[in-house]
Amino acid sequence: MNPLPLVAVAGSPNAGKSALFNALTGARQKVGNYPGVTVERHSGRVTLTDGRPVELVDLPGAYSLDPASPDEAVTRDVLLGRQQGERQPDALMIVVDASNLDNHLRFALQLIELGLPTIIALNMVDLAKRDGLELDASALQRELGVPVIETVAVRRRGIAELHTALDDMLSAPFRGVHEHVKSDLVHLQRRAREIATAAVVSETPVRRWTHRLDSVLLHPVAGPIILAAIMFVMFQAVFAWSETPVSWIEDGVAWLSGVASSALPDGFLRSMVVDGAIAGVGAVVTFLPQILILFFFILLLEGTGYMVRAAFLMDRLMHAVGLSGRAFIPLLSSFACAVPGIMATRTIDDPKDRLTTILVAPLMTCSARLPVYTLIIAAFIPNQRVVWGVGLQGLVMFALYIAGITGALLAAYVLRRGVLKGSGGGFMMELPKYQWPPLKDVAIGLLTRVEIFLKRAGTIILGTTIVLWALASVPQAGPGQKQSEISLAGRIATGIEQVVKPIGFNHDIALALLPAMAAREVAVSAIATVYSLDASSDDGANQTLVERLRHRWPLPTALAFLAWFVFAPQCISTIAVTRRETNGWKWPLFMIGYLFVLAYIAAGLTYWTAVALGL
Amino acid sequence: MNAPFQPEISLDQLTVGTKARVLSIDWDSLDHAESCRLRHFGFDEGMTVEPLHLGPFGRDPIAIRVGRMTVAIRRRHAGAVRVLPLQQ
Repeated sequence: MNPLPLVAVAGSPNAGKSALFNALTGARQKVGNYPGVTVERHSGRVTLTDGRPVELVDLPGAYSLDPASPDEAVTRDVLLGRQQGERQPDALMIVVDASNLDNHLRFALQLIELGLPTIIALNMVDLAKRDGLELDASALQRELGVPVIETVAVRRRGIAELHTALDDMLSAPFRGVHEHVKSDLVHLQRRAREIATAAVVSETPVRRWTHRLDSVLLHPVAGPIILAAIMFVMFQAVFAWSETPVSWIEDGVAWLSGVASSALPDGFLRSMVVDGAIAGVGAVVTFLPQILILFFFILLLEGTGYMVRAAFLMDRLMHAVGLSGRAFIPLLSSFACAVPGIMATRTIDDPKDRLTTILVAPLMTCSARLPVYTLIIAAFIPNQRVVWGVGLQGLVMFALYIAGITGALLAAYVLRRGVLKGSGGGFMMELPKYQWPPLKDVAIGLLTRVEIFLKRAGTIILGTTIVLWALASVPQAGPGQKQSEISLAGRIATGIEQVVKPIGFNHDIALALLPAMAAREVAVSAIATVYSLDASSDDGANQTLVERLRHRWPLPTALAFLAWFVFAPQCISTIAVTRRETNGWKWPLFMIGYLFVLAYIAAGLTYWTAVALGL
Repeated sequence: MNAPFQPEISLDQLTVGTKARVLSIDWDSLDHAESCRLRHFGFDEGMTVEPLHLGPFGRDPIAIRVGRMTVAIRRRHAGAVRVLPLQQ
C-alpha cells in the first residue's frame, strides 16, 4: 500500500501556521517526536473534496533554511528529505503573514527554489487590512509562480479554497525535487522586499493597535507591575475558580466509592478497589480543574502574544543570573509541568543557557505539586481573608511559588558561576502582533493536556496506587497494631524515616516519598490509601483526609513537607526528559543530587525554625 | 549653507522614536547564530530602523522596528549596527 501523500506546512514563526493547521485538520491530530532530537512532530489528516486522504505535517516555524536553532534544523532536514523518521514531503504549503510579507517572502522564496509542488497561504489578510494594507494576491501569484490563496485561519476563511488548491496540486504530475539551491540570504531578502512592495495596492498609515498596547504593556514602570498582576491573578484563579468543580468531583468520587462498597463483598477485592484504586486515583483527579485553569492561562498568554512581552520585560533580570529572557517561557511553562518546559528550552540557542534552564526548570512549581500544596494548605492554613479578595491560603500558595522562583534564580546564578561558567548567549526575539487566539485552538490545547493528565492518572498513578495498596495491606495488622506500621510498605518507610527524621518528617511522609518519585501528586493518593487502610482499625473512619492530617501531623512537620516539595526532584518523567535532552546521565544525576540536597536543607530549616518559634 | 551635522552612531545609542538608516553591520562581532538571526529579522544596509521600547531594567533589551516587524535584541547586539539618524 502506498503511504498517503505527505504535505508539509512550513512558514516563518508568527505566520499563524499552527492556527491554519488546526483549521485544516481539526482536533484529529497526532503529536509525536522526531527520533534523536526532541522536536515535536504534529501531524493530521485532511480529506480532499474527492475523498482522497492526505497527511499534513506541521513543521516548526523557521526564518530560513540556515538554521539558528535545533527546531529550524528539523524543518530544513524534513524539507530536504534528510530527517530521520520522516519521509520526503510530496508537496509544500507555505504560510506567510500578509502584514509581514517583506520578511516572510524571504523564506517562501527559498522554499519555492526547492522545486516541490507548492501553494502559498496568504494568511491573516484581515490583520493586514487592520494595519491599512491592501494587497493584490494575483500579482503575488504572478511574481512567485505558485498559487496564492488568501486565508484567515482563525475565522476559517479560505479553507475551502485551500482544499481545492491542495487537490489540484496533488493531481498534477510530480516534477521531482531539486537539490537545495543555496541562494544568498541577503539577495533573497532584497528580492522579497521588491515582490512585497509590488504586491501592495495601497497603504494607509494607521496607528497600530500593537504599538499602542505595547506602550502600556512594555512601559518601564507599568509593564512589570502588569506582569506581576497577571501572574498573581493567574495563581489566585487556580484556587478560586476551581472550588466548585473540585467539590463536584469529590462528590462523584464519594458516590462511586459508596456504590463499589455496597456492590462488592467485604474482603480483599473491595479493599483494593475502594481503598486502592478509587481513593488513590480519585484524590488525584480532583486536581484536574486547577491544572486546566493554569494551562488555560498559559495557552491564552501564548496565543495573544503576551508571553514574548513577558520575556522582554524579564530578560535583563534573567540575564543577571546568567539566563536569557527566552528562558522565561520554558520556565513559565514549567509551572504547568517541567516536562514540556524542559522540551521548550530547545528554542534557546546557547547551549549553556539552555542547560542552565533545564537544570533549574524543576524548581518552578509544577501543577503536580498543586495537589500536595492544596491538601497541606487546606489542612493547616486557616481559611482567613487578609484583605478583600486575597485569602491567607492563596497567599501561602503564592509564597510557595515565589520560593520556587527564588530558588531557581539562585541556582542559575550559582551554576553559571560554577559548573556552567561562560558568557551568556543572546536574546533575540520577534514581538508578534497582539491577537485574540481562537477559542477553538485554546480548547484543542486544553484537550490534549486533559488527555495526558488522565492517561497518567489511569496508568502511572493507578499502577503505583495499587502496588502501594498491596505493599501497605500485606501482612494484615493484628489487634492493637497499626496497618501503616506493620505492612511491608511501613517497614520500608521506617528505613527512610531514619534519614528524614531530623527534618521533622514522620512515618506517613516517609511512606509517601517513595511512590511520589513516579509522579508528585501520587504523594496525596499514597497518604489517602494508607489512611483509608488504617481507618478500618482507627476510630476516625468517617474523617476526611484533611481532618486526619490535622490530627496526625504537627504544624512544623506540615510546613517542612511543603518546603521539601518546593525543591525535591520528585518526578521520574522530568528525570527521563532531562536525560533525553542532555543526551546522557551526567546532567540528570547532577540535577537529582543538587535538588535533594536543597530540599533536605530547605525542609530542615523550615522545621527547625517553626519549632523554635513554637508553632 | 551647510547641512546640519549628522553623526553616525550605533543603534544602541539611538533614542526611542528616532528613525535611522542602517549604514553597516559589524558581522564579525557576532557569532554565527546571532548574525543569522539578525539577517532573519531583516537587518541589512539601507534599512530604516526605529527603537520603540526599552526593557525596564538597565534599558535592556531594546524593541526595534525593522521593516514591518518589531524585534527585541540586547544592547550588546544593537551596538554592532551603525546607523545614521534621519531628520524627522
